[in-house]
Order: sequence, then C-alpha cells, then structure tokens
Amino acid sequence: MAALLEVKGLKAFYGQTQSLYDVGFEIPDGGITTLLGANGAGKTTTLRAICNMVRTDGTIRFAGKDIAGQATEEIVRLRIAHVPEGRGTFTTLTVDENLRIAAYTRRDKQGVKDELERVFGYFPRLKERVQQQAGTLSGGEQQMLAIARALMLKPRLMLLDEPSFGLAPLIVQEIFRILRRINEDEKVSILLVEQNAALALDLAAHAYVLETGRVVMSGPSSVVKNDENVRKSYLGY
Amino acid sequence: MEQFLQQIASGLANGAIYACVALALVMIYVSTDHINFAQGEMAMFSTYISWQLMTWGLSFWFAFILAVVFSFVLGVIIERAILRPLHNAPVLSIVVVFIGLLAICNSVAGAIWSYLIKEFPSPFPKSSFGIAGVIGPHQLGVVMVTLIVLGLLFVFFRYTPLGLAMRAAAQNPQMARLVGVRVDWMLALGWGLAAAVGAVAGIMVAHIVYLDPNMMGGILLYAFASALVGGISNPGGAVVGGFIVGVLENMVAYAGNQIEKATGIYIIGNGEKLTVALIIVITVLTVKPAGLFGRVVVKRV
Repeated sequence: MAALLEVKGLKAFYGQTQSLYDVGFEIPDGGITTLLGANGAGKTTTLRAICNMVRTDGTIRFAGKDIAGQATEEIVRLRIAHVPEGRGTFTTLTVDENLRIAAYTRRDKQGVKDELERVFGYFPRLKERVQQQAGTLSGGEQQMLAIARALMLKPRLMLLDEPSFGLAPLIVQEIFRILRRINEDEKVSILLVEQNAALALDLAAHAYVLETGRVVMSGPSSVVKNDENVRKSYLGY
Repeated sequence: MEQFLQQIASGLANGAIYACVALALVMIYVSTDHINFAQGEMAMFSTYISWQLMTWGLSFWFAFILAVVFSFVLGVIIERAILRPLHNAPVLSIVVVFIGLLAICNSVAGAIWSYLIKEFPSPFPKSSFGIAGVIGPHQLGVVMVTLIVLGLLFVFFRYTPLGLAMRAAAQNPQMARLVGVRVDWMLALGWGLAAAVGAVAGIMVAHIVYLDPNMMGGILLYAFASALVGGISNPGGAVVGGFIVGVLENMVAYAGNQIEKATGIYIIGNGEKLTVALIIVITVLTVKPAGLFGRVVVKRV
C-alpha cells in the first residue's frame, strides 16, 4: 500500500532552539500509526511540524504532494485534521458552533446536516449537549468534541495529540474504541501521539519511538511492544 | 418633565453614536488585543467622503452607502498593507502606527477639505420623524439607524458561517487555522467591518457636531469609555456601555442645571459633562475592573 503521509529528514525549530533533528516515517493509507516517546522527545512538535505550526525544514509529502511550507489552514483544507494537545475547543462557542465551524466553507446545508448526524452517531453525548457552551463540558466531552470537529473536516488523515490526557480510564477506553471505529468505518488514517504507550500500541499497527528529536526505533506494534527497551522505558514492566 | 425626557432622548442619540464607535473598537480589540486610536479619524474621513459625494449631487442615502462601503474597503486595505507586516511587532510599535494613522487621516482630510467647519445635512424629514417635545427627528433617526446596523451585525456574527469563523478566529486563532479558517483574512474583514461601523457613526453624528477634521476626537474618548464600562472584550457590553455613557453625561448636566435653577448655585453644567462622565467611568472601573459585563481574565502562571 502506498504511503499517505511521508516524512523525511524533518527538522523543527522554536526560535533558535532546534527540537527535531532527523525525523522520518511513513503512514500507510487507512492505517493507524503511533509516535511514542518521553516528555520532550518531540512528539507534539512532529505533529505541529506537519501542519506548519513551527518553523520546519525537510520533506513532508501528503498523498504524493509536497506540502511543506504551506499555510496551516491550507494544509487542513487538504483534509488533514489536527486535534491538538489540551483539546483546543472554542470554549465560548456552543457545541453546535464548534462543529459547524469545521464546515463553514461548505454551502450545501443538507450535506452539513448529514455530516453532523453522522458525527453524532459516534458521539451521542455531544448531541445531548448541542447548545451548551463548549467550556462547560467535562474534560472527556471536550476531547470528544475536538475529535468530532476533526471528523467534520472529512479528513483523510487525523493527527491526534494525547487524546487520553487528563481523562479517567473508562473515558479513555471509550474514546479509543470510537477511534478504532472511525478508522475502520471512515477509512481515516490516524497518527496518534500518546504518553500511554500500552494503549497506543494496542490501537496502532505501526509504532515509531522518538528520543530527543530523532526516530530511534520503529516497526509493527507487536514487535515494538516486545522490545526490551520500550518495555522498560514506556510500558513499565 | 419635558426637558428631562428630551435630555434622555438626546442622551440615547449620542449614546447610539458612542455605541457604534465602541463596538468598532471592541471588534478590533477582541481579535488583536489592540485599541485602534485611529478609529475616530477613519470615521471622520469616511464622513467627508459622504459629504463630497453629496456635494457632487448624490442623495444622502446613496452617499451614505457608498461611504460605508468605501470605509470597509479602506479598513481591509489598512489591515493588509499596514498592520499585517507588524504582526509580531511589540505593542508600542503598533500604538505608534495607530497614532500615525490618526494624524495622517486628520491632516489629509484637512488638506483636501480644509479645517473650516461645515454643516452636514440630516436625512430625516422633520414632518414624519420624531415625537414633539420628546425626541427630535434627527435624534430618533440616529437611534433607529444605529439599532438597525447593530442588529445586522448581531445577525451576521451569530447566525452566518462567516460570522462564526470570525468569532472563532478572534477567540483562538491557532485553533481556527486548524479547522481551515483563513485567520489573516478574518482579521482584515474585522478591520473592514469596524471601519464601516465607525463610518455609520461619523455620518450620523456629523449633523449634530458639524463636520470638521477634529469632530471625532471627543467621541472617540467617550466611545473608549463606553467600551471600558461595558467590558472591553464584550461587544454587547460595549453597546450598552455606549448608551449608558450617552444618557449619563446628559443627566449630569441636567441635574446641574436643576440645582442651579433651584438654589442659584452653579455646581455643574454642560461644560463639565465630559469630566463627570469620565469620573463615573473611572469609578466603575475601580469597583469592577473588567467593566459591567466583562469577563475577568485569569492567566495561569
């Protein structure tokens, strides 16, 4: 299968500070891939670099086209949906508005309506709270809203940054179940960044391990899971 | 009693003007965190444009619409050409640019149209507008026009996808980019709308204060006060703040006159309106720093 996203020799800088040195990976079309690593390894930066939210250098090819250097909003319009760390919902807007904003360029009202219904199929809880301000939702609901809004973009690739962050284990399980369904039903490829390595390796088919801005290991999840270093450092047994 | 009602009515008319300019200030403030000191002078410039169009023979409303559209375009151009390159500039540089813009608008208007004070027509016919003894035709007209404009803006921001995108871009620009909103254009659009609303205020107030390049100086101050009283980050609050300040300044002068009439002692009159209004504004802000309807911004450190 051809790679949907191909990253080669990726470097990223915050001002003078370089935080990625040589990151390369491929995401197969329709697959789930995870980036693992300790705090500060460059996982979030990698996602930000794909969407050109930091100064970057290197090759980023999406669906065969070079997208490096394009404006964030234009990259998103190629149907790459980024769910950032800390959820990033518009707290003063309602749930409904948070979802509709992702479809604001579309003129077909019926299409948007169908899209909303489809998204509510995955997140029935959000439907109950559709007129509520996003800031008043619980942490889990806000994370669901962020993923739901990403779905409204009809993405081919979803970049997820720590979807489990700060959530109760039961909620996390629910969200990961939904992610798997989204991947299977919608054929959305997923690039997942997670602290919770066990969870991530269960969901993803492929894994890359980052250390101080470099890929130090990669392979199928089943192999990475059984690697002794990964087990000691990230799985804790 | 009649005088009292008249004072309230003219306060509302002034308040409508303050509300428009305050809203223009807030629209730019919420998306950029800057106060556009040139807002008043830009409105003055638009008012001259409408005056020029009228002297060329256009009807009031046609000139009004053309001037508002012109202001919108000018606002967009100013944002794209002047403020865009200053995107990451320190606050003080931007303040200097605003003040420069203020001076440029003022002197260009003076150079083209001279500093002589001009009369400005009112489009509202005396025969069919106003309520005798309560509110004059122009005052009623001003209140109506501004309410229509504010209503249209409310509908635009609340119910259209573009309005939603602009609100999102103002609230969280980076997140807005991540849902495909072209944030830079939203900012330019915000500038255009703010300039257009300012133009409406300028054209409406010119009949009352007469047309000259310095006509908006005091009004900008009142509008700034209104925005602060209402809560600088709350558009609805800024509008209410405008009406509060407008009525308040008249009430102060009215009370002063009544006292003088009853006791013969002059304490306060029309001349001190601005001072007293600003004292009240400062008092409000001392008690409620975020304004009457503002949200207290808490920053985590």
